[in-house]
Amino acid sequence: MENALELLALSPPGWGGNLLRGLWSTFQIALGAYILGLALGLFGAFGKIYGGPVLRGVLTVYTTVIRAVPELVLILLLYYLGTDLLNMALTSMGFERMDISGLWAGIYVIGFVQGAYSTEVLRGAFHAVPFGQIEAARAIGMSAFTAHWRIILPAMIPFALPGLANLWLIATKETALLAVVGFSELALETKQAAGATKAYFMFYLAAGALYLMLSLASTGVFALVERRFRRGQPSQS
Amino acid sequence: MDWSWLPEYLPRFVEGLWLTLQLLFWSILIGMSLAIPIGLVQVTGPRPLAWLARGFTTVIRGTPLLIQLWLIYYGVGSLFPSIPGIRESFLWPVLRDAFPYAVLAFSLSVAGYEGEIMRGAFRGVPKGELEAARAVGMSPFQVLRRVWLPRALQNTFPTLTGEFILTLKATPLAATITVFEVYGIGSIVRQETYKIYEPLLFVAAIYLCLTGILVLGFRYLENRIPKQSRS
Repeated sequence: MENALELLALSPPGWGGNLLRGLWSTFQIALGAYILGLALGLFGAFGKIYGGPVLRGVLTVYTTVIRAVPELVLILLLYYLGTDLLNMALTSMGFERMDISGLWAGIYVIGFVQGAYSTEVLRGAFHAVPFGQIEAARAIGMSAFTAHWRIILPAMIPFALPGLANLWLIATKETALLAVVGFSELALETKQAAGATKAYFMFYLAAGALYLMLSLASTGVFALVERRFRRGQPSQS
Repeated sequence: MDWSWLPEYLPRFVEGLWLTLQLLFWSILIGMSLAIPIGLVQVTGPRPLAWLARGFTTVIRGTPLLIQLWLIYYGVGSLFPSIPGIRESFLWPVLRDAFPYAVLAFSLSVAGYEGEIMRGAFRGVPKGELEAARAVGMSPFQVLRRVWLPRALQNTFPTLTGEFILTLKATPLAATITVFEVYGIGSIVRQETYKIYEPLLFVAAIYLCLTGILVLGFRYLENRIPKQSRS
């Protein structure tokens, strides 16, 4: 037990500091990816609702393929594809080739995957908004944009929140897959600490506890947010 | 695009595919059997058991599967060799192989997620049906076996497709503990041929086909099961 505390100490030779730094990267990647996913999802949802046949077709392929192929395969594919395309663009404009940092690459690949799921959640929420509210907004003379900004988006939020909360939890857990590609976050820091000290059991248990804390804290925050957005709505029971 | 490596590696992909299907089958089978008691004790069990089940689902759903897999394979697996005499015992060939660890980790994951669904399914069976069963003189166990469990399982059927697909998409993680299923074979091809896109695209296509087969198969089954009328 004393040995375990020594290994988890915050300053070297303990590895606790590394784990906490990993947790911070995990949080940053998850948050960035979540926001990127929401932006893609918003675009995707409205593209599927209002878009022409071509845009709708492209978006259907996007959501279907992303949701049917394992995340690990997608992460590798998107990472290589992204860096190759970026470097092709850079060299054609006469710049030097560059390596994307682990943080931004992680945000981009996880965010791209999250976008497909967000699209479906937001599209479902849009269809749950009573049509009369949209008609009423247009009837009192709001432009299409104003009606969306003031009426539809706020009305969508309570319907979308349970799904979006779930997506955030998935995002935090999915970042662990980046360890397989070699980006530094909690899972990789843990793997390195465990490999160096041979205390596999203890370090994976500690990492699990950190992930669990992040999940439980997030669930609590989302419960508060949901209560705020549901104020004034009849309680469901 | 250069696909000249494909004929050489195709037999290994078939082996990998077989391994993927085995992982999927055993994980779902064991996971579902564990999910039933986990869901049941949360609805009707004694308090301590209910708390235990609740804690189990929370931990499983709150931590990444990759960490669970590594904890079981590297963590628990590293504790075994310290037990004296275990290398000579009949269990050693099983404990040395990575496949059982992968099945165990995936089963526990399925049990955690599906246990939560079973809890809702048990609760969702109308009270009147259980009361009617008791009124005709069935013992509590008979009520469970003849009415409660079948009706709850019927309610979870639509979620099964999703559970199968989620588990299928989790199987590549097994490659990180040296179980070379489809994704693992793809990684071997990448290392040996120095090609990046072709093996990955091929692997992605295989998973796309598997998901498609699962979705269509379950749709067919669902149409064959008589729908319950909701009044």
